[in-house]
Amino acid sequence: MSAIISVQNVSKSYWRDSLEIPVLNNISIEVQEGDFLALMGPSGSGKTTLLNLIAGIDKPSKGNVIVAGTDISKLGESALAKWRANSVGFIFQFYNLIPVLTAFENVELPLLLTKLSKSQRKKQVETALTLVGLGERMYHYPKQLSGGQEQRVAIARAIVTDPVILVADEPTGDLDKNSASEILTLMERLNSEFKKTIIMVTHDPHAAEKAKQIRHLEKGDLV
Amino acid sequence: MKIPFKYTLKNFGSRKLTTGITLIGISLVVFVFAAILMMAYGVQKTLIATGSKENVIVIRKAANGEISSLVEGEVQDVIRTLPNIATNSDGKQMISNEPVVIINLEREKGGMSNVTVRGVGQVIQELRPQVKIIEGRMFNFGVKELIAGRSINERFKGAKIGDIVKFAGDDWKIVGTFDSGGSGFDSEMWGDADQLLSSFNRGNTVSSVTLRLDNMSNWESFKRAFDVDKRLKQHEPKIEQKFFEEQSEAMATFIRILGIFITIIFSFGAIIGAMITMYAAVANRTVEIGTLRALGFKRRSILFAFMAESLLISVIGWLVGIILASLLSFFKVSTLNFGSFSELEFSFALEPSIIVSSLIFAVVMGILGGFLPAVRAARLNIVKALRAA
Repeated sequence: MSAIISVQNVSKSYWRDSLEIPVLNNISIEVQEGDFLALMGPSGSGKTTLLNLIAGIDKPSKGNVIVAGTDISKLGESALAKWRANSVGFIFQFYNLIPVLTAFENVELPLLLTKLSKSQRKKQVETALTLVGLGERMYHYPKQLSGGQEQRVAIARAIVTDPVILVADEPTGDLDKNSASEILTLMERLNSEFKKTIIMVTHDPHAAEKAKQIRHLEKGDLV
Repeated sequence: MKIPFKYTLKNFGSRKLTTGITLIGISLVVFVFAAILMMAYGVQKTLIATGSKENVIVIRKAANGEISSLVEGEVQDVIRTLPNIATNSDGKQMISNEPVVIINLEREKGGMSNVTVRGVGQVIQELRPQVKIIEGRMFNFGVKELIAGRSINERFKGAKIGDIVKFAGDDWKIVGTFDSGGSGFDSEMWGDADQLLSSFNRGNTVSSVTLRLDNMSNWESFKRAFDVDKRLKQHEPKIEQKFFEEQSEAMATFIRILGIFITIIFSFGAIIGAMITMYAAVANRTVEIGTLRALGFKRRSILFAFMAESLLISVIGWLVGIILASLLSFFKVSTLNFGSFSELEFSFALEPSIIVSSLIFAVVMGILGGFLPAVRAARLNIVKALRAA
């Protein structure tokens, strides 16, 4: 296995007025292709910030983030947006579905950024929704779905472009025990069966157990 | 690729109250804007319809309109000698020497207003064939009889057939009502020119001379003959339609300037309304914006999506406003015409340029109202936007 993600000497601070708040301190970590990594740690430890840096929605103050050979810390705004569209699948704690769009339309969104034809998009959306077990609910709106189902739509949206990595921020944080378990089983399957590299931030030790590797962060340092 | 239009469309319907109020605001501004342009165009259309392309009118050069124009008897005689004036089947020259005076009549709805009384010559029905008697009969020449235009008949007391109108110390009997097809003549009363001149002690000095040329292709040669005659240097001939078009200009311009000034002030309210709605839309959808950006949609896609939403509101507002305004075409109003100092009845009239200019006006409101909120949406930091959950 080769490292698909390489975080090299990354530091990140935020500024509040003139006060610098360090969040990550000179972190280096590698994730192998096909790995399922759980990032754990107390609130404010910097785990979500690290995830955001890997996913290319935030930029490090220092250091480099290399994903599948691309140093994303050096990409400009527009190139980074294009990179995210091609390379990252996002799974959020609160699903972040667009309420006015159906499950089908939500899953189709990332494909609108590709050159696929309408019929090709339809085929891929249907495949993704069927894979997460929602083939029958394609034309339901988010409010017509349960939390677990909404998260499954979000997972379908994350995998529909066949991205290089999947990033999940507390994917079970808003779900009951049974739904959480279903989601984790689905993620485990994406990792084992479809060889997806997954980085998951979680508070939940049960969720972390499903990962192949667990790393802890505390006050901005990997421990 | 852009964010799909259905996203814009579906969001448009998702906050019905705020969107609805903004839409009403924009449609009202469009309504007022279009109504004023329709009013100005209505005045122009009515006055342009008054004049004929086939007739020539002679007035004094310095005069703003017929009411301030004087054409003396000697001048009338010189005009008769000019070439190319048509004659009717009886061999009479088609010339009508017309005194125009203003009298005061009481309106049906109360209050007094000015009414134009025009004295006309014997060939008038051939000179202005669009004028038709719709009730009663034509006045007789040589007696103090009048016919009233349709709108005078409807809007003024004592302007019905059989009524007596008193002016210049004489009693004038109304014997008929005429219709000139919605032109300015509908707001006039007509009688024998000679009778009117004697009542007002004006000798033989009329306000204008209207005549028909044998062929309008001879207009230039007629005008040359007119211009070279030194006895006519105080006067000028104009094609009748052009003359009435010029008469409408002052009033139409006044309505337009005043109206556009008022609507621009109104539009500030509508723009602020649209801006508040769009700022609220951005605030409500911060997480969505963050999500779309995380998925790879670029800043400009977000900008276009929100601009599209604002434009959609303004275009629908325009549609509602212009439909409401078009209903005004069924209404007639009357006002004092600056050109003749008397009442002029006209309809609101819609024309393609009003539809286009009001659309442009609505789109500008949409752009101004939507731009800052859309820029804000596009500039949101992804991480902060996602944290707004």
